[in-house]
Amino acid sequence: MIENSATTEELLIDVIARLLDGVRHVAVGVLSPIPGSGALLAAERAHRDPMKPEVKVSIIGSLKEPYRTDGGVDLFDCAGQGRLDAFFLSGGQIDGAANINLVGVGDYPQSTVRWSGSFGSAYLYYMVPRVILFREKHNRRTLVESVDFISAPGTSPANVYRPGGPAALVTELCLFSFDRERARFRLESVHPGHTLDEVRDQTGFDFDVAPDCGETVPPSAEALETIRTIVAGRIADPYPQFAESRFGVTQEAACGL
Amino acid sequence: MTNRLVDVDALAARVPNGAKLAVFKEPCVPMDLIRALIRRQVRDLHLVTIPAGNFQAELLIAGGCVATIETSGVSLGEFGPAPAFTEAVKSGALKILDATCPAIYAQMQAGEKGQPFTTLRGLIGSDVLKYRDDFTVIDNPFPPHDPVAVLPPIKPDVGVIHAPLADRNGNVWIGRQPELKTLAHASATCLVTVEEIVDFDLMADERYSAAVVPEFYISGLAHAPRGAWPIATPGYHERDDDHLAAYSSLAATPEGRADYLNAHVFGREAAE
Repeated sequence: MIENSATTEELLIDVIARLLDGVRHVAVGVLSPIPGSGALLAAERAHRDPMKPEVKVSIIGSLKEPYRTDGGVDLFDCAGQGRLDAFFLSGGQIDGAANINLVGVGDYPQSTVRWSGSFGSAYLYYMVPRVILFREKHNRRTLVESVDFISAPGTSPANVYRPGGPAALVTELCLFSFDRERARFRLESVHPGHTLDEVRDQTGFDFDVAPDCGETVPPSAEALETIRTIVAGRIADPYPQFAESRFGVTQEAACGL
Repeated sequence: MTNRLVDVDALAARVPNGAKLAVFKEPCVPMDLIRALIRRQVRDLHLVTIPAGNFQAELLIAGGCVATIETSGVSLGEFGPAPAFTEAVKSGALKILDATCPAIYAQMQAGEKGQPFTTLRGLIGSDVLKYRDDFTVIDNPFPPHDPVAVLPPIKPDVGVIHAPLADRNGNVWIGRQPELKTLAHASATCLVTVEEIVDFDLMADERYSAAVVPEFYISGLAHAPRGAWPIATPGYHERDDDHLAAYSSLAATPEGRADYLNAHVFGREAAE
């Protein structure tokens, strides 16, 4: 019997897929199975809808030809030319103006906590029109009033060339949109089982609340079915452990899909 | 060619202390050569990771070989943070020049072309730009005269590459990573290890020639089958996940890293 209620991860995959509605090309960075699954769900939905253009998904680290990108020059050239519509970024810290920090906590460079580094963020955040910030863990340690190091700023002055930037922030608790004019997040919906008070309590920055802010719409039965079959099979290539532990799909079985 | 085909330790001997050394992203990386560099105890390297660092950078740092790192980020990917890197940056033992991936690619292209600088969108307003004394911002000389970041070329003293094939003339087939060609062109000295030496001319075969670095750019070549271990070389061998997971847990302490180096870098020579 198919379990009809969505797990948190399935809900997040569905939320991300909806945020990608209308994109032609979305790329997914390393270590991002949930954004990757969301992108594959968006692509499958567009594929089934004759009114929508096909969606190209580039997953860094994937060995499957349709999704292959090695994160080399091509990816950044695509972004520079406007051939990449959406991308995902995260941060060890994200602040209320959508500045992201992938470098460390405390004084630079001898920080008290040091993360890997900024990778492509100091370019892609400016160039990709629809950047979705994904940070599953939602707490005051991560969502801070002001980041300690700006790997990439949320907004730029009007004279700086910036076709891209943050569109939304997705966490385990809620969905925020980002208003680039006001440089502020706006709470759009709270995931089932959580409350506005909990979001306020766990968020280190001030944010607006949409007038129609309610509960995040859970995935439809059709969406869940697609996630657990087609998406699970395709995500098993770059993320075999994720596919097997969450959906019981092995890489060998997925090759037939 | 015959005068160029040497063993891996002879390649390592050609990297002087203080060199600006460039390494490329995984997979297919010259780990045998990295181990030989640690064994020869090269010091004070300025390590440039194209564009981000991985097990090569981590091991060189653990081996005490690196004074400065220029990188978009260093990690062991799904095996977690790079412990030697993290500790050395926090203690101040390692000077870091934080960068961003497309900046490093663009700077390497400027080095290849022999140009004085390159420009890159993005960066403005970031602390990446703020802390790089060698980056600056100019006004676009063309309309709309908007500000744009300006970056110096990257010209490594030595670039190191592991590739699938070389031929008897010393030409190297790099496979599916075209940026390796740029790295070879930009580097004053390019040292290469390969999985296989083939008996036909790679330049004469249309199926290979587009992805060949001609011997003109190659300063030294060694035959090193499975030379990327424990990292994969696609088409030859898989990544050794158990080994990398073991490193990740062992490397949490300086003692653990020393034990690892004794067993797998210094000890490897003794075993051979």
